[in-house]
Amino acid sequence: MSQPIVMQMTAVSPWLAVPIIFLLVTGGLITLIGALGLLRLKNFYQRIHGPAVYITVGTGCFLVASMLYSSAALQRPVVHELLITGFVLLTAPVVSMLLMRSAVYRDLRKGKTDSPVTDAYRLPKEQ
Amino acid sequence: MIAKAMLLALGFAQLCVLLAMIFCTIRLLRGPTAQDRILALDSLWMAAMLFILLLGIGFSSTVYFEAALIIALIGFVSSVALAKFLMRGEVIE
Repeated sequence: MSQPIVMQMTAVSPWLAVPIIFLLVTGGLITLIGALGLLRLKNFYQRIHGPAVYITVGTGCFLVASMLYSSAALQRPVVHELLITGFVLLTAPVVSMLLMRSAVYRDLRKGKTDSPVTDAYRLPKEQ
Repeated sequence: MIAKAMLLALGFAQLCVLLAMIFCTIRLLRGPTAQDRILALDSLWMAAMLFILLLGIGFSSTVYFEAALIIALIGFVSSVALAKFLMRGEVIE
């Protein structure tokens, strides 16, 4: 009978444990709120803001927590999580911008907009 | 005591990310337009990357970090390709 694999964390000093716990809880809450925004908001131009929050801030929180914990548990500085941070911070705006432009073009081509009152992307009348 | 509190925080974060993945899946299945579905798919990639990262913290292994990096890379490329396809109707012009 093999031993079941369970999650466990080694105890680190309280000066590191408190920031790690804070970052984990904050990142989890931000992720939850961002995804709830993706689910609940009215139209696409509002919905795109929810994931943008948690892709940048939630990822940042979790990666800093992972960096602190790995450095404390392995007794040496572990910084390779910075790779993911840099990559995500570079690529998330690119994806948002491309999706936003494609949504604007599609709505313009279809001739309809979701919110007629506060819409900056309306076709001029003469076109 | 400290390890137990950290494990509790990790479990809370994993629960939140799991709920976020469920919300993204609901939006992916329900989204009225194609761009909503692509946005939900991109968010789902990123939430999966966060979940694997948290697994890596829990199991104290660096293998999960490389999996998360690869998921981030492939998610970016696929989201860009899908967005380009929505905009022009073809991926490479």
